[in-house]
Amino acid sequence: MFKFDKLVFGDAGWGDEFLIATLMTLLVSILSMGLGLFLAIITVWAKIIQNRITRFIANFYTTVIRGVPELLVIYLIFFGGNAVVMSIAKVFGYNKYIELNALTIATIAIAVISATYSSEVLRASYLAISKGQIEAARALGMNKFSIFFKVISPQVIRHALPGIGNVWQITLKDTSLISVTGLVEIMRQSRISSNVEHSPLTFLITAAILYLCLTTISGRVFKTLEVNYSKGFST
Amino acid sequence: MIEFLNSIQNSLIYKNFFLVLSGLDNTILLLLISLPIGFVLALLFALGRVSKITLLSRTIASYIFVIRGTPLLVQIYLIYFGLGSVKFIRESFLWYALKEPFWCGVIALTINTVAYGAEIFRGGIQSIEKSQVESGLSLGFGKFLLLRKIILPIAIRKVLPSYGNELILMVKATSLVSLTTYMEMTGIARKIMAKTFAPVEAFIAAGILYLFLNFLMVQFVKYLEWKYNPHLRLNN
Repeated sequence: MFKFDKLVFGDAGWGDEFLIATLMTLLVSILSMGLGLFLAIITVWAKIIQNRITRFIANFYTTVIRGVPELLVIYLIFFGGNAVVMSIAKVFGYNKYIELNALTIATIAIAVISATYSSEVLRASYLAISKGQIEAARALGMNKFSIFFKVISPQVIRHALPGIGNVWQITLKDTSLISVTGLVEIMRQSRISSNVEHSPLTFLITAAILYLCLTTISGRVFKTLEVNYSKGFST
Repeated sequence: MIEFLNSIQNSLIYKNFFLVLSGLDNTILLLLISLPIGFVLALLFALGRVSKITLLSRTIASYIFVIRGTPLLVQIYLIYFGLGSVKFIRESFLWYALKEPFWCGVIALTINTVAYGAEIFRGGIQSIEKSQVESGLSLGFGKFLLLRKIILPIAIRKVLPSYGNELILMVKATSLVSLTTYMEMTGIARKIMAKTFAPVEAFIAAGILYLFLNFLMVQFVKYLEWKYNPHLRLNN
């Protein structure tokens, strides 16, 4: 029933494969979290400037993506992404077949999902900054650029950290869905190994433990960051 | 005008829409079984979590920790592929349920929602003001009556918004059951995609249906919030 001896490193076991798969999961999560935060900042910006069209687009994007299963979004980007990229390339006069690699597609797909959650968190923490702060900065003659980097972002980061930590956990767990695209991360690796060794229980439990470790450790990291960023703030 | 209507009727999205629609009842069936059971169990687990019996509280805490720390996909696979590979389970009565992808999905979804729900309800129970409980005690309420008349109603209505979120997450989570060959909406969309090689049309048709389902869920939760928070209504 259990074949935990198959988890040794080297040719006899799956230990090193699982290590690489874990790193792949981490890589996809970090990349898509970063890209997602970038997209989220654009979304928040589109929502808070007084423009009906951008606000409508941003609201449409967050509502639709959050109302549709993650798996569906991943399928859509995985199977439909190539066609979109090729049609864009056609506009620029490039007619050959383009295939995005699995890592790119995975990153984009998870980022598109994670950005919707991040944008809600960032928007809430932006709104939590009191208006007086921005007015004070303006009164000091700071330009828009330095207001954003010196006044708004440090406070947004502090307010948003707990929420961003939650989004990170969701993103980390969402990467397991990427296994349907064939990218070898923890989930895919455990399916491959269990098909070879005919012992799904062993490798699925391994996967569960690996995910548990990742979420626990990153939870600790975010706790430390929160303590760090709320220095001088007695709570 | 008629030409336009005809072109819509012949479009792939329109045809796919009705194909995917035939999977709607399977999706709803998953929800109809797992959500009510999940709700009741989550309440019980939350009560166990806040109880003074350390062993019970610790056990439930670690259950919640494990389930919330692993992806739902792992849980579904563990039940569908993992438990199915164990010999004594295949020979026991459990196999009647576990050989069906549907029941595996129901079990996995229930296990998942119980963990998240219990944590939500725990927050609600712990946020009840002490004075509410004390006034109940001073009226001579027993433990059970206190629970039924004061603690649960206040806790549940307090956490309705976050439990509503969890319900929407569950609607979305049902799509993962398609990976165990259960043919609900995502599974059918996937099949259409494999047949027609038109991924966008297939998945948009499914996406519209999921959006509609979630819209209904949001309205349902809004109605519950309106009904159980009469003191917060604007016009009364």
